Amino acid sequence: MTEKEIFEILKEKFGDSIIEFVEAQAGENYIKVSPLEIDKVCAFLFTDDRLQFDSLINLSGVDDANGEKKVNEDGSFDFIGGTLSVVYHIESLKHLHKLTLAVSVEKDKPDVVSVTDIWAHANWHEREAFDLLGINFLNHPDLRRILMPYDWEGGFPLRKDYKDPEFYRGMKVPY
Amino acid sequence: MIYEFLSNITGSEILGAIISAFLPLFLFILPFALIAVLLERKVSAHMQDRLGPMRVGYHGILQTVADILKLIQKEDITADANDKTLFNLAPILVFAGSYAVFAAIPFSSSYLGSNINLGLFFIIGISGIVVAGILMAGWASNNKYTLLGAMRSAAQLISYEIPTIMIVVTILMVTGTLNLKEITELQSGYFWNWLIFGGNVTGIAKYLLIPFMIVGFVIIYISTLAEVNRTPFDIPEAESELVSGYHTEYSGMKFAMFFLAEYANMFAVSAIVVLLFFGGYHSPFGYLGNTFGITWLIPIEQLLWFTFKGVGFVLVQMWLRWTLPRLRVDQLMAVCWKYLIPIAFVNLLIVGLITLL
Amino acid sequence: MVLKTEEMTLNMGPQHPSTHGVLRLELQLDGEFIVNVIPHIGYLHRCFEKHAEFMTYPQVVPYTDRMDYLASMYNEFGYAVAVEKLLGIEVPERVEFIRVIMGELQRIASHLVALGTYGADIGAVTPFLFCFRDREKILSLFEMASGARLLYNYIWVGGVSRDLPPDFLRLAKEFVDYFRPKIKELNDLLSFNKIFIERTANIGILPLDVAVNYGITGPMLRASGMKWDLRKDDPYSVYNKFDFDIPVGDGRMGTVGDSWDRYYVRIIEMEESLKIVEQALNQIPEGDVLSAIPKRIKPPVGQVYGRVENPRGELGYFIVSDGTVNPKRIKVRPPSFVNLAVIGELCKGHMIADVISVLGSIDIVLGEIDR
Repeated sequence: MTEKEIFEILKEKFGDSIIEFVEAQAGENYIKVSPLEIDKVCAFLFTDDRLQFDSLINLSGVDDANGEKKVNEDGSFDFIGGTLSVVYHIESLKHLHKLTLAVSVEKDKPDVVSVTDIWAHANWHEREAFDLLGINFLNHPDLRRILMPYDWEGGFPLRKDYKDPEFYRGMKVPY
Repeated sequence: MIYEFLSNITGSEILGAIISAFLPLFLFILPFALIAVLLERKVSAHMQDRLGPMRVGYHGILQTVADILKLIQKEDITADANDKTLFNLAPILVFAGSYAVFAAIPFSSSYLGSNINLGLFFIIGISGIVVAGILMAGWASNNKYTLLGAMRSAAQLISYEIPTIMIVVTILMVTGTLNLKEITELQSGYFWNWLIFGGNVTGIAKYLLIPFMIVGFVIIYISTLAEVNRTPFDIPEAESELVSGYHTEYSGMKFAMFFLAEYANMFAVSAIVVLLFFGGYHSPFGYLGNTFGITWLIPIEQLLWFTFKGVGFVLVQMWLRWTLPRLRVDQLMAVCWKYLIPIAFVNLLIVGLITLL
Repeated sequence: MVLKTEEMTLNMGPQHPSTHGVLRLELQLDGEFIVNVIPHIGYLHRCFEKHAEFMTYPQVVPYTDRMDYLASMYNEFGYAVAVEKLLGIEVPERVEFIRVIMGELQRIASHLVALGTYGADIGAVTPFLFCFRDREKILSLFEMASGARLLYNYIWVGGVSRDLPPDFLRLAKEFVDYFRPKIKELNDLLSFNKIFIERTANIGILPLDVAVNYGITGPMLRASGMKWDLRKDDPYSVYNKFDFDIPVGDGRMGTVGDSWDRYYVRIIEMEESLKIVEQALNQIPEGDVLSAIPKRIKPPVGQVYGRVENPRGELGYFIVSDGTVNPKRIKVRPPSFVNLAVIGELCKGHMIADVISVLGSIDIVLGEIDR
């Protein structure tokens, strides 16, 4: 099935939760979904007979950096507002079709429902998105940091306006 | 013979006895342990398509001397939370247990440390001290890993004593004596008189005994391999799981004692197998001394034959170590209790029946 | 009276002879049996993804080498495939053949390390040295082509950095003839050894549905019974020109999906890679390898996900571009990261010695997990 057909089926079933189908000139096309309904959409994609997306290939967070850029005195900058995205690549090993979904949340309240119940693969990827970008996954069984130390207080390193903290447990951080 | 010689020189029997018991230790076993370390490195290297130590001395001969010098001058680390008495006592027990065995082993017809009537019994009893030493080492190191290693080792050593003893009893039934000197004398003559080929028994019983003797030899070789903690039974010192097991926390001279004790132990069990099955120090075909009429050459030749056979079995042990992977703890126990002990027991019964003939 | 027992927590700490890198495994034990295994990672995190946002697209290539340092050619290959998909450029055929030859030789080298260290963990030290002796020959081939033994910086976006030296094809053919009997030697020494089979068969059984749900790929998935290989099912480069087979685990020594199957699938994969290398060496065309390398890489706005079949599984690069010379976001989907998550399920009910066996059969590289 092509991506357009899948988009039609989803739009019919879920209506408003499916926001739009973005066709890109370069790279891949993707479907934008609402962040609090993503688990229902994914459960449908997993169980439906025509679709049967039984494998999650990749789940990654992206900092869109589209807020208002405020430059401080010392040359560093902050992004006020803006959005974070989570991109899901899923695939069906039976029907051999692929799909890309994208979810967009505000930086002040980055809540996305977790899909760990559907694909156990998402567990560690969501922990990494939480650790490095600060996206909060609701209903995740074990949401804590994975690559940074467990008691890192300095923020979320992969955001565009991240600055290193001065000290970590008494050690000076900037090299 | 040497015992009388020494007691004549020193004029007192006790001094003569002490010196004659110590002599093999310093003249033979300690140098052998040092050479065995180097031998293992070179043998394993050539089996693995590489060269081994090459720089110290000609082709690396002096490597062990360098190693011992290094170990002597290392700092003796004792962690704070260790139990000091047990920690210091453990290597001594292991070392003593391994080396005391040699007092009862005849190296040649004129040299025997002490002619005990219960030679075999003494050997098996003394090697029990090693178990106590290992348990002490594991506990006193205050480390979860070493404790696991020590417990596994103790279980392994105690279980594998049983097939060993059963085979010893089998030999006892055929020869009728526990005295090691007499067992060796029974096997004098050509190699056809060796116990693995039926021994001194006459008649049809000799041919009937041969397959059961071979089975007995295989069983005792395997179970003594487990006694000395060599691969495939080296779970207690499994490097990749327990980071060197019960001797992880030792450094310097104490570590050297564990190390040398292991190689001496290897030679001890090879010596026992040779004595029981392969004719001890007798040569398979005549002596040069006899053909030339020089009688004092014979004990020296016997010593050489004994060393040759013992080192041959040590080389087979090294060969097995570098070829086979390691058994897991429960599989190790299964091999002992489910396979070796029933086979040894049946062997015992059948040999007993045959000797009645 | 019921005796109270406690569960013991044992740390196979970051420094350990056989955890293949700095990985901390927290084992919760009931005597000698495992109740749970929790991996703790992050000790080798070198912030590759953050670095990539400040560099231009060609400058990222040496950094991709250092993620999975045992299969560097494939990391570069994956990155090149992803960026070329975004740019929409075609590379010359000679470049594709060179990439395939390097990739498959790299697959053999990586599997030799995996198998050798697996044998060494189980206790058989000799096959480890035999595997490394053969791997040295492959590394000297790579040194001839790219100048480095382990981290190459050879496969660039749009081509390769320099052409093959004149003697390369002849020496590579000699290597193929030399290596074929060595696989048989390795089989005789280790694969069918009774003690090795006792240690690895029926240990760490991974059922197929669990594997697909956890996103497992590579030899682990094939050992559980599924014939899924990106070189055939989602072909990239010129793999559709070669004739090779995909080995699948069949549980002949125990059950389907145990550690022995994972080990044996890798051995058969080495044989198949030799076939591919031989065919590629015979069919390689002449041409120019530097012609398609763009002077300045400035892809249009968009995102792409490109994937290749690493020796350990599916390596994917998710690249988001915002129209400038620096990538906006590069996310790497490492196969070992995904494969390691399932270790808790695999080790339940086994003993401590089996954790080592299972970990060795998963074949992880910490550089890739932590990036």
